[in-house]
Amino acid sequence: MEHIRTTKVEQVKLLDRFSTNNKSLTGTLYLTATHLLFIDSHQKETWILHHHIASVEKLPLTTSGCPLVIQCKNFRIVHFVVPRERDCHDIYNSLLQLSKQAKYEDLYAFSYNPKQNDSERLQGWQLIDLVEEYKRMGVPNANWQLSDANREYKICETYPRELYVPQIASKPIIVGSSKFRSKGRFPVLSYYHQDKEAAICRCSQPLSGFSARCLEDEHLLQAISKANPVNRYMYVVDTRPKHRMQSWWATQKDIGRIIVRISSKVWNDEQIRESDEKKRLNAMANRAAGKGYENEDNYSNIRFQFVGIENIHVMRSSLQKLLEVNGTKGLSVNDFYSGLEGSGWLRHIKAVIDAAIFLTKAIMVENASVLVHCSDGWDRTSQVCSLGSLLLDSYYRTIKGFMIHEHIHSCQFGNFLGNCQKEREELKLKEKTYSLWPFLLEDQKKYLNPLYSSKSQKFAVLEPNTVSFNFRFWRNMYHQFDQTLHPRQSVFNIMMNMNDQNEQLEKDIKDLESKINQHKKEQTDGIITKELLRSVHSESSILKTSLCFKEQTLLPENDSLQTVEGSSPADNRYSEYAEEFSKSEPAVVSLEYGVARMTC
Amino acid sequence: MEFAELIKTPRVDNVVLHRPFYPAVEGTLCLTGHHLILSSRQDNTEELWLLHSNIDAIDKRFVGPLGTIIIKCKDFRIIQLDIPGMEECLNIASSIEALSTLDSITLMYPFFYRPMFEVIEDGWHSFLPEQEFELYSSATNEWRLSYVNKDFAVCSSYPPIVIVPKSIDDEALRKVATFRHGGRFPVLSYYHKKNGMVIMRSGQPLTGTNGRRCKEDEKLINATLRAGKRGYIIDTRSLNVAQQARAKGGGFEQEAHYPQWRRIHKSIERYHILQESLIKLVEACNDQSHNMDRWLSKLEASNWLTHVKEILTTACLAAQCVDREGASILIHGTEGTDSTLQVTSLAQIILEPRSRTIRGFEALIEREWLQAGHPFQQRCALSAYCNSKQKWESPVFLLFLDCVWQILRQFPCSFEFNENFLIMLFEHAYASQFGTFLGNNESERCKLKLQQKTMSLWSWVNRPSELSQFTNPLFEANNLVIWPSVAPQSLQLWEGIFLRWNRSSKYLDEAYEEMVHIIEYNKELQAKVNILRRQLAELETEGGTQESP
Repeated sequence: MEHIRTTKVEQVKLLDRFSTNNKSLTGTLYLTATHLLFIDSHQKETWILHHHIASVEKLPLTTSGCPLVIQCKNFRIVHFVVPRERDCHDIYNSLLQLSKQAKYEDLYAFSYNPKQNDSERLQGWQLIDLVEEYKRMGVPNANWQLSDANREYKICETYPRELYVPQIASKPIIVGSSKFRSKGRFPVLSYYHQDKEAAICRCSQPLSGFSARCLEDEHLLQAISKANPVNRYMYVVDTRPKHRMQSWWATQKDIGRIIVRISSKVWNDEQIRESDEKKRLNAMANRAAGKGYENEDNYSNIRFQFVGIENIHVMRSSLQKLLEVNGTKGLSVNDFYSGLEGSGWLRHIKAVIDAAIFLTKAIMVENASVLVHCSDGWDRTSQVCSLGSLLLDSYYRTIKGFMIHEHIHSCQFGNFLGNCQKEREELKLKEKTYSLWPFLLEDQKKYLNPLYSSKSQKFAVLEPNTVSFNFRFWRNMYHQFDQTLHPRQSVFNIMMNMNDQNEQLEKDIKDLESKINQHKKEQTDGIITKELLRSVHSESSILKTSLCFKEQTLLPENDSLQTVEGSSPADNRYSEYAEEFSKSEPAVVSLEYGVARMTC
Repeated sequence: MEFAELIKTPRVDNVVLHRPFYPAVEGTLCLTGHHLILSSRQDNTEELWLLHSNIDAIDKRFVGPLGTIIIKCKDFRIIQLDIPGMEECLNIASSIEALSTLDSITLMYPFFYRPMFEVIEDGWHSFLPEQEFELYSSATNEWRLSYVNKDFAVCSSYPPIVIVPKSIDDEALRKVATFRHGGRFPVLSYYHKKNGMVIMRSGQPLTGTNGRRCKEDEKLINATLRAGKRGYIIDTRSLNVAQQARAKGGGFEQEAHYPQWRRIHKSIERYHILQESLIKLVEACNDQSHNMDRWLSKLEASNWLTHVKEILTTACLAAQCVDREGASILIHGTEGTDSTLQVTSLAQIILEPRSRTIRGFEALIEREWLQAGHPFQQRCALSAYCNSKQKWESPVFLLFLDCVWQILRQFPCSFEFNENFLIMLFEHAYASQFGTFLGNNESERCKLKLQQKTMSLWSWVNRPSELSQFTNPLFEANNLVIWPSVAPQSLQLWEGIFLRWNRSSKYLDEAYEEMVHIIEYNKELQAKVNILRRQLAELETEGGTQESP
């Protein structure tokens, strides 16, 4: 690899991120083509994929060496001290190059080989069949059809080939609408609610000036509205917040015609109305810039709703602020909460959930279809549509369902490798890389919620309560590598093991019962053959070893979970309570490769 | 005095009760000497039975002839009663006000309560100091029981029996008592069997501005040190506060006089600062209209979790001294009845597996709170809705329970009891039919003859039928020291207490039930497998004997 100058540095220190007395581990740092690897003196390995590195920073030289701070996209932050500046510089430069691979082909996914053959690989990619998924929703049907308009990506490059549109939407209408919408992202079906015959659709913002209109777009929206046989009106939800265009708004005296229609009978909260109005005005402002929202006069039977979700730039800096505050050593409770507040992160989370709840209620309470858009319709729109369907449809709360759900909302329209289906096809991902889903499915036990019961399906629709105090900082995500911050015993792990154990016990009971019955039968028949007896004996001894429990006690793995995690003598947490004791203790830094255990 | 004098209107019909998450109920409101009762006169409809002593504050409102009384309880619940008729409403309100603020302890409900259950074990005798001492005496003979305070003459807030170093006689104890705040001479709080180190507690030394000293005091605490070992004195006040205390006759141990001891100052808040913190927190939790920023800034401004963190950190430090540094410690603040007890009891939760069992935790409450003289009567007289700013009202015990909850959350399998147990203790500390939390110390309890005249909380709690609701299904004895994380990211608002009445816990309860179900099913299956295995083994031996005669 041309970027790697130094492949191995010894005597490197890995500092404990939260330690106030600069505890550290010494070990060797290796640089490979795909990973950065640190092996400490206890032979514990810390692997960092170059692709996961978000930033590399070289701090001013200290007496013990040259500090190198690496922040990863998965919220891992490691702080190395490299004895020689020269080495540090080399590693720094290499990582800078390696973490900023310009070409997709250089990414790890293209060299990763999980020992699957080609047909297995193909199966993996076929696991998620979107046409099947829309069939599950009940589409196509009398009101909705599969459109081949975008089969060659001619209308919209960032949409997939298969798109579902209202039955009465003809190709010219689609083409016309796509010209009116930013990036050609015309309104398409995202989720169809079979019982209510109502739909969640998505698109990008219209490119209308103050007077511009597009008849085809108006037709398409009418078509969506009509595709719902129950309700005559539909909602158009603009997910953008008010203050984005406020600076522009301040300069405008002549607003033009603003028709403020209080759209909702259900959400007749005064506060919502007021803020809606402001948001509406701001969307008007956007319109003058050539982009914006639909002029209500031109769309009949449409109710406009505004929910204020910030754009990706605001979200990104919000997350950065959050991580910055939480990385502070010796953080006080007050700094934590003012940092949490200042970052705005929970506010954004609440805004997205509130918007999703709006969608859910529109469909469940009013039987109305909803069209969601923001600017380009691939960030906020994805968040809202996907969360909305998650609340509506319990299928998406199963593992397989959630994968499909993620695929529809993130992959098909947005994220992971490549930015859209067209790009992914050009990259030949299906031939050159492996799909994530079969790996997750194979490993699904790790991701199962032990408390999930199909019983909870009866509450098909989830109605989360979005009172502010119900939102909490997600420590298990943003501190997933900072194990000292986590509970030492995981209820979820224990419940998961117990579920497994119960399954095994059920099997054992069946086995035992059948053997006992066999015995009884043999005894009554008075036929005892040596052979049978031998087989019973050998099996029963296997049974004893495989189950290995004493009466009324749990399997050993449970014990280890509960007590070893509980507090081992090697646990060094105690040394963080005060700086009074600076005695050097054998430090155990618990940075582990992999995701922290989920805890409740 | 007769309660009838205080009850101006004993009964009003057509009263409507509003509670969060319940439909409104119409019924008849009755006032008795100790309860407010709402009966709907319909079968199977829930009624309200509220102890007057649970009422923290009431508000009245009138719209035409319809009066409304808003009752704010010490357990933070808020209920509303719509009462037709202005006069009735005013009468009810003033009656409730009078009945909920009775100034004589002997008029309180515990003196009138007649239990409807059979007493299996009298809780008043469940945790005798002699028995507790026996637990130590097998491990050490360096300590003794002293009866120097048997008539409460040496220290009014200490119990009659205390544990002190064997080498210190009662005469010396009397002298030391004159040198310590409130006569609270250093006594044993906890003996760490693993290494023989101890936690002692006391009141502040009365050094005053002229640096008074007391040879007996120095001798007493030095008697607890091993040869050549140093100990730590943890003063729960900041150095500044401790220095200021000298002006009022208090103070702290001077290095020169206690050369074998190293002093560490922490700053745990007390009194009205905690009370204000609680008031702010409950106010923030009760307002559902707060937007995210406002909620977070109110939560921060309450400082409640800062207090939790400070107390936990100090307790962890104490535990660290004992277990990791192998040093004995003496803990005190000013009086030694509040922050001192928070720290000594939490340190035991961390160090001592027994204190994480139900019996052990009860013993801990008995020893480190009730007998140690935490003034429950004063501290828990009023709660978050009170307006009177009395210095002695302070949620010290609630903060302790909150800290226990934080540790319980981090070690969910290491406690025999569950969150409900802690909530129950909180409720009974503020309003109860039992006499356990009445009075400010053992001396007062003795005078009130609580043992004869009231029922102990433990008599009720320790019945198997009650214990089941307080038992943690995940419990598995963990004999290790448990070190909680005190990082702000690891501490959480205790929702079970503070959001209890502000949101439905339906789905959380369902998840908990599911968990209990899985665990019970597991036990059932294991028992069944054991029976079947035995059966099979019997059949096999029978078969074997048949085969080889």
